[in-house]
Amino acid sequence: MPETAVPSAVDELKFRDPAKARALAAALGKVTREVGHAPVSVMHVCGSHEQAIAKFGLRTILPKGLNVIMGPGCPVCVTDLPEVDEAVVLAQDGKIIASYGDMLKVPGTAQSLADAQALGGRIEVVYSAAQAVELARDTTDDVVFFASGFETTAVATAAVALGDVPPNFSILSAHKYIPPVMEIVAEMPDSRVEGFLAAGHAAAITGWKIFERFVEKHRVPVVVAGFEPLDILAGLVKLIELVRDGTPRVENMFPRCVTPDGNRNAQRQLWRVFRTQGGRWRGIAHVPNGNLRLRDEFAHLDARSRYPIDLRRLWTHAPSALTQVCICGEIMAGLNAPENCPLFGKECVPESPVGACMVSSEGTCKIWYQYGGHPEL
Amino acid sequence: MSTVLRSPGETIREEVVTLKHGAGGQAMRRLIADILAQGFAPGPPDGIGLAAMDDGAAIRVGERWLVVTTDSHVVHPVFFPGGDIGRLAVAGTVNDLAMMGATTPLALTCAVIVEEGFRRADLERIHRSMQETCDEAGATVVAGDTKVMGRGELDGIVINTTGIALADAIVPDAGLRPGDRVIVTGTIGDHGMALMAKRHVLALEGELRSDVAPLNRLIAAALAAAPGLVSAMKDPTRGGVASALHEMAEKSRVGVVLQEPALPVSSVVRSAAEMLGLDPLHIANEGKALLGVRPDAAGRVLAALRAQPLGRDAAVVGECIVEHAGRVILDTGIGRRLVSEVEGEPLPRIC
Repeated sequence: MPETAVPSAVDELKFRDPAKARALAAALGKVTREVGHAPVSVMHVCGSHEQAIAKFGLRTILPKGLNVIMGPGCPVCVTDLPEVDEAVVLAQDGKIIASYGDMLKVPGTAQSLADAQALGGRIEVVYSAAQAVELARDTTDDVVFFASGFETTAVATAAVALGDVPPNFSILSAHKYIPPVMEIVAEMPDSRVEGFLAAGHAAAITGWKIFERFVEKHRVPVVVAGFEPLDILAGLVKLIELVRDGTPRVENMFPRCVTPDGNRNAQRQLWRVFRTQGGRWRGIAHVPNGNLRLRDEFAHLDARSRYPIDLRRLWTHAPSALTQVCICGEIMAGLNAPENCPLFGKECVPESPVGACMVSSEGTCKIWYQYGGHPEL
Repeated sequence: MSTVLRSPGETIREEVVTLKHGAGGQAMRRLIADILAQGFAPGPPDGIGLAAMDDGAAIRVGERWLVVTTDSHVVHPVFFPGGDIGRLAVAGTVNDLAMMGATTPLALTCAVIVEEGFRRADLERIHRSMQETCDEAGATVVAGDTKVMGRGELDGIVINTTGIALADAIVPDAGLRPGDRVIVTGTIGDHGMALMAKRHVLALEGELRSDVAPLNRLIAAALAAAPGLVSAMKDPTRGGVASALHEMAEKSRVGVVLQEPALPVSSVVRSAAEMLGLDPLHIANEGKALLGVRPDAAGRVLAALRAQPLGRDAAVVGECIVEHAGRVILDTGIGRRLVSEVEGEPLPRIC
């Protein structure tokens, strides 16, 4: 048995059984009432959780007294302006930028990568770090992989960095590390979060024990959950039970993929290539240790070391005034909902996003725009 | 405080046409409504003209209708599992006629623009495929035009086909009424997924095949089974079932509730969609139709469709309601959510 099993799509279908889902929803309603106050607020910190909640219509069956807040779980959304700007400048300088598709429309100070592309920049959408390397092999031009995502995708970037790459390949890391931002959210003065639903795929890498210190420090429960409807509902039932009982601890409700210690091999690769560094997450705050950057010994692969990147040339234009109205930050911190943003669905739509939350398929606003949040359907 | 309301990026996005305008969703409909459908004198009275933005136009000729439709086809790759650009060009136009209720094509025209350097053998292969598809549909090409452009001035080949047909009654895409059942004529997502698999060399490629096919005979059978009771039709091509149903729901001012468990999706398309994080509702079809049918006729229409080889997987997948006009709601079997339209193309063009 490998350290992390990857279940097939067909295997997952049994985790979508409607009758079982309804039974779990009923159990969730009961345990939520037993907590004794309303609403009970918990937070997930993963865009994939919100995606699944929305895709399967779970919000229409969640109990009224339960508030499932979407946290800063979208790596694309929290990518900060200067990181987008760096990629835009490199594209302007003639480098081929290989990027995950979601990053293309994320607004920078003056331009998004999609805008840079419309103005002649060479932007290639890739589906994996390995594909970016292939792209570099097929050309003599410089290819910069704009590496984004949490520790899950950072592992794939690390594997590439440790392998054999052509000399024209480099990495611009915008990778983010989730555990530190949970600290930030838990410590926010307005935080109403009584428990966290942790992302199963990230925990498959880190192991669930990584959350023990967090629970000890903040005295709120953490439940690791998978991404199928039954995984999420069962995870929520367990989490609310822990809230009800006042017994903060870590529970692993995704044991088919997550072990106490995680995938050690992947962790070794990750930390051999990356180190953590403090940095701003868009709309959230400065997150100590929240960014993953290449270690010095990988400077030869680091686009930031290899190329002069002068961001000042983008600063001739003020960013759009609309961005000042955008409440993405509050939404990602779980303090507000998209429907309360004056731009939502009007000036800010997926075709022309103002804030990053409207860009990514894991962004809260985009998901609410697409799937309708939780209207009475 | 700066009063700059627009970043240069926003200006760029508004001043040029981008790929999202060709993706079959709202952006495209707006571009057509804002520019391309503007300013022409109104079409013939009591017909269907440009303003209706239907699958084609209908012009009254005595007691009957002359239906006209035109479609340009670009596809990458030109040859794909289950078909090629030639089959697509004929089927696409035959289907647009059929979606108006005109199931006996009188004639097609075909204009081809070829890039210098295109292989002659490939052109012959495409031509053969067009002939075969015409035979299948009972159609023929009566006029054509050929242009060659310089290398790099276009990507391989573009084929435009125009079709005309006579019909006794027109089926618009705006005819849905509350209570109507929604039928899809077979599995969804096959065409778009086969192309994506081919382009991105997915391991599943061998099993994925485009559904591209002329549907006129299938539709004729459905219409004959319940004359006057098929209220609306549309083929869910670019933008998939989601875009087609949105358009029908908006124009008809009804809500549509889809039952996800009832949607026919082949297991290989389902797996590929899971893998790529895509929704089969968003993926293009080239051999499927959506039919709105009056409730008491749904059984008959379904039986007539299933009796045909191209309709054997047909299913009733939804119902029209008064509430939520213009919206498409998906009942997942667990809960409910809105169905989104694709807003731009994450991948290269697929039809």
